[in-house]
Parts: sequence; structure tokens; C-alpha cells
Amino acid sequence: MSAGTGTLSMHGNRFRHNFLTALLLAPATVWLVVFLVLPFIAIAVFSVGERAPEGGYQAAFTLTQYANLPARATAFWNTMVLAPVGALACLLVAYPVAYYLALRAPQRWRLILLALVVIPFWTSLLMRTYAWMYILGGRGIPALLALVGIEDVRLINTPGAVLLGIVYGYLPLMILPIYVSLERLDRRLLEASADLGATPLSTFLGVTLKLSLPGVMTGFSLVMILLLGEYLIPTLLGGGKVFFIGNALVDLFLQSRNWPFGSAIAITLVLVSVAVLIVANRISNRVAGARRVDLI
Amino acid sequence: MTAVPDIEFRGVTKRYGAVTAVSGIDLAVPPSAFVALLGPSGCGKTTCLRMIGGFEQPSEGQMFIRGQDMAGTPPYRRPVNMVFQQYALFPHLDVEANVSYGLRQQRPRLPPREIGRRAGEALEMVRLAGYGGRKIHELSGGQQQRVALARALVNKPAVLLLDEPLAALDKKLRTDMQIELQNLQREIGITFVLVTHDQEEALSMSDFVCVMNGGRIVQLGQPSEIYDEPADLFVADFVGKTNLLAGKVEGHRGELVDVALADGTVIAARKRTALQQGEAVSVSLRPESLSLGGPTSGPLKGVVRNRIFLGSTAEYAIEVQGIGTLLAKADHLIGQGNLFKPGEPVAIGYASGTPLAFPETKNNGTNQRVNKHVEIIS
Repeated sequence: MSAGTGTLSMHGNRFRHNFLTALLLAPATVWLVVFLVLPFIAIAVFSVGERAPEGGYQAAFTLTQYANLPARATAFWNTMVLAPVGALACLLVAYPVAYYLALRAPQRWRLILLALVVIPFWTSLLMRTYAWMYILGGRGIPALLALVGIEDVRLINTPGAVLLGIVYGYLPLMILPIYVSLERLDRRLLEASADLGATPLSTFLGVTLKLSLPGVMTGFSLVMILLLGEYLIPTLLGGGKVFFIGNALVDLFLQSRNWPFGSAIAITLVLVSVAVLIVANRISNRVAGARRVDLI
Repeated sequence: MTAVPDIEFRGVTKRYGAVTAVSGIDLAVPPSAFVALLGPSGCGKTTCLRMIGGFEQPSEGQMFIRGQDMAGTPPYRRPVNMVFQQYALFPHLDVEANVSYGLRQQRPRLPPREIGRRAGEALEMVRLAGYGGRKIHELSGGQQQRVALARALVNKPAVLLLDEPLAALDKKLRTDMQIELQNLQREIGITFVLVTHDQEEALSMSDFVCVMNGGRIVQLGQPSEIYDEPADLFVADFVGKTNLLAGKVEGHRGELVDVALADGTVIAARKRTALQQGEAVSVSLRPESLSLGGPTSGPLKGVVRNRIFLGSTAEYAIEVQGIGTLLAKADHLIGQGNLFKPGEPVAIGYASGTPLAFPETKNNGTNQRVNKHVEIIS
């Protein structure tokens, strides 16, 4: 029967199709399983274990590590405050830049300006943060200020320095998704809004901002999640005085070798990150309907 | 009569860098008119519409809305609203919020109940009552078109601007919307300015057609005038189908000129401008003004090459020796057996007075004066 052969060859096609799909996905899958899923399981198992007397992990099933979390409340607090504040500061700086790039910059300048936004990424964050250490440190801006008579200004090793480092380091990650969503914005919607009597400000609030919210939420959650695990900037610019969860983790795993406690903190951090992502997604879905900018 | 025109262009020119999109346009649109700006793409019609809306500023000249000079008035302070091409509906708002958008911009603020009532009325007017809670992407093209109309009309503008409003609809829907737009315009009695490149749309809907080419107004008149008495070769060719036959002016006979065609046949044609003896001209012959008969009954003789049967009419492509292929359109009368077959020899006649002779050199557009326009229209 001809219908039978048709079905058969379709099965053949589908098999080939599935095989090809599997083949294409294999490297990424293997990578993720080996370097993400398995370590994650290991950490989850560690987190309900106990510290071996000489350090490291000893099998057990206990929730004491989680009960101990308040012992690191300061690190959590610093992270939970500086991550959203940092992301927000980043957003406030990034939005006007993205807006200018997408809607105001002359077409032929746009690519060049975008490249300028990305170029700092070509140098490692470590180098750039070291540069900030110098700029903010005793021989940098404070020395300059001393020249004009303003003495004893302390910039380095303050929360302000950490915030500055955060905004500087993560700005491109915030600019790009917002730029994408503004760039995609149908200009005729802005004209329609003006045509219907909306002043430039109400057009911005009612159309531009709302339709760029998916980009804003993407940028915000991206930066926020990276900040939750930030280690480098608080270490270099906070001088150990502004202690993040990331610093606590390094301390617990490498110095005091309390792996189970470190694991419990890590798991908690992951859960918080996931919660942030979900909330951000909800917000942007509710406000902007089906239009989304997915970078993560 | 001196009613203040709803829209008036006085010597308006718009340049983008070195490109002149609109050059020296004078146009006055009286109240309650349905005007179509018709022309090929790049003729400046959309630029004109955008200048009325306030999205472009004239490089030269003045633009008035109801007697008020609009120089420096931003779009949000103009008493006009636009139905955008592809509608430009707000994707993040539902139908009701789209329609009430303009009402919510008014200062002092309107009471919410008033906003709800007027948005409801506008939706009813476009027969979308009960669709207020729908999302834009859940609507069909025709429904989106209606939402765009309701959204533009809710503020009770002095003039409604329509930028190719039917281009995205299928043919059947387009015909329905043409009738609906016409009715709507009569019902609410405000001026509609329609931009279109579709001559059928312009002819069927509007009271007046403004044909544009190369940034100028080439002709302004009622649809039948545009079709029957095209001002120049461009209009004759662009509006409706026509046969253009090349020839030379042989002589003058009163109002008519005798034009010798390439095969020697002489056609008596009307003219729009003075023509010189021996001048190269094109003679426009509308397909429906041609009559087909037995092989000996007309001045031009040819052979049917193709027949396109359209039901009530049939179109023929007829090859005429020495002249080329002519398009003829004949009514089909059931039972009269007046259909010709491909390969059949026919004679082509034309009603006297229907051929129109135009000089070969293209007219650069006639810049008729404002007063004349007002006179033509009112």
C-alpha cells in the first residue's frame, strides 16, 4: 500500500532527523552534565554532610549546615544589598546609553559606539579592576584631591568603591540587552503615540519604557545573578571589608576547608538566583506580553 | 465660497539632503472631503501626509490645518489623527487600552467613566463592541485595521489621515473596507486624507483624487474627471488601463488633431495642450472605449492573441500589424455569442471623441494655484 510506504519513509526521516539533533546537542549536553549537573549534585550532597575532622567532607545526613547559615549573615546581607543596588545603579547608567545608541545616535555611528561599549571586555576584568585600585587608591584620585587642598579622602576599600567597580564591570551586560529591545522597538509606535496626543514624556513612559522592559529585566537579572556570585571586585576594591557570599565561599572551601557549610551556602545562593530569574521573567511577561529578549 | 480649508499646503517643499521629496505643492482640502493622494512610490504622497501629521517639517512653504499655520506644532498638539500603515497598534495594550490611549492623553484628565464610554462608542462604530479585552495579536488583519480606525477617531480629530490603510488586507476584505470607510466618512463628516498607490482604491473611495508624481501634484479632480480627462500622459497611463499608441500630428480639425499612427492609420483625437504640426504624440485609448467587430467594420485591423474571460466582460489582447498589441475590453452579453476566439481576425473601432493625444515629452507636473484647487473641489 502506498500509504504504508509513505509512513515508513516518514519514520526513516524522523529517525534521521532525531539522530542528527542528538548529534548536534551531544557536545553541549556532555559538557553541561560533566561540568554543571554532576558538580551540582556533589555540592547538594556535600551540603547535607559534615565537616571531616581534618577538613573537607564526611558523609552524613544533617541539616545543621543550613541551620548555620545565619553565621554568614553579613556576607548574605552585603550581597543581597549590593547586588540589587549594584544592578540598579548599572541600570540607571546603562538605560540612557542604550536609549541614545538605539534611538538617537546617527546610523553610521551606531556600530562604532556599540563597539566602544564592548571593547573593555577585551581586557580581563582583573586587569581593569586593578586599574581602579590604583585610581581610587592613595596615589590616584585622593592624591589629586590633596593637590587642591582636599585631604584625607578615602575611596578604596569602601562600599562606594565596590559599587563603582560593579557598575563599571557590568555596564556592557546591562547596555546590550536594553539596546536590543530598544532597537527592535517599532518607531511607528512612537509616532502613533505622539499622533494620539502623548507628550514625549508620556510616550517614553507609556510605550518606550514598557516595551523595553524585557531587555531591562534581562539585563537586570543577568547582572544581579552575576553579582550574587561576585568575588573579585569586593576583594580588590572592598579590601576584605565588604564581604560577599563569593568571598565567604572561597574562605570556606580553601581556607577553613568546611566544605559542607560552603556547599549549603552555594545551594542557597543558587536558589536565590533562580528565584530572581523567575520573578524577573514574570514581571517582563506581565508588562510586555509575548515580546521578550532572551539572552539567558 | 470661502470656507476655511481643513488642510492647506502653500508652496510646500520637502528636501532630504539632496533629494527633493515634495516640491512646491499647493493644495487646499475643504471641510468634509474624502481626498486621495495617489501616485507611485516615491512620488511624495506619504511625505505630504507625514507633514500634515507633524512627523516631517516642510523645508519651504507653509502648511495649515483649519487656517492655523502648523509650523513648529508637534504631532501631539495637532487636531489630526493617523491610521498608520500596518496600523502600529501598541502590542503591550489590549484593544480597549489601544483605543482609549488618545483619551488618556488629554489634559485636563477625562474622568475614567467618560474614557470607558467613548472608547466603547468608538469600538461600536467599527463594529468591534465586545472585543475590548482582546490582545492585539489575537486579532485578524481586518480587525486590527478597525482597532486602528477606532483609535484614531476616538479623539474626534478635524482630519483623519490614512496611510495605505488597506494594503495589508486581502482583496475581498479590501472591497468591504472601502465601502465601510466611505460610509464612516459620510457618517462622521470629517475630512479623510487617504494615501494610496492603488488607483482603484483612490477612484472608488474618494470624492477627489490628487495624482502626484515626482514630488508634484499632476492633477486634481473628481475620480471620473481623472479617469476621463487625464491631464497628461503620466496620469493617463497610471490611472486605469490604457493603450498608448505612438504617432505624429498630421493636422488640426477644430478642437481635434489628426494623428497618423505608425501603420499610417489616422485617428482623430482630442488634446489637452497645444500640439505642433509633426509633433510626436501618444494617443491614449481606454480598452473599454474600443469596439470589436467583424473583420471589415473598423479603422484598425488585427488578430486576437489572448482572451481573458472575466464573466461580465472579456479582455482581449489584439495584435495590430505595425502598431503592436492593443488591449480591448468588451461586455459579455449572455447568449449573444459576441466572444471572439484567439486567432480570429477582428476590426477595432473606437467611439469618436475618446482618443486623447498627449505630447511625448513628459509634463513635469502642473502647479495649479490654491484658489483654483478650492474652486475645483468645492
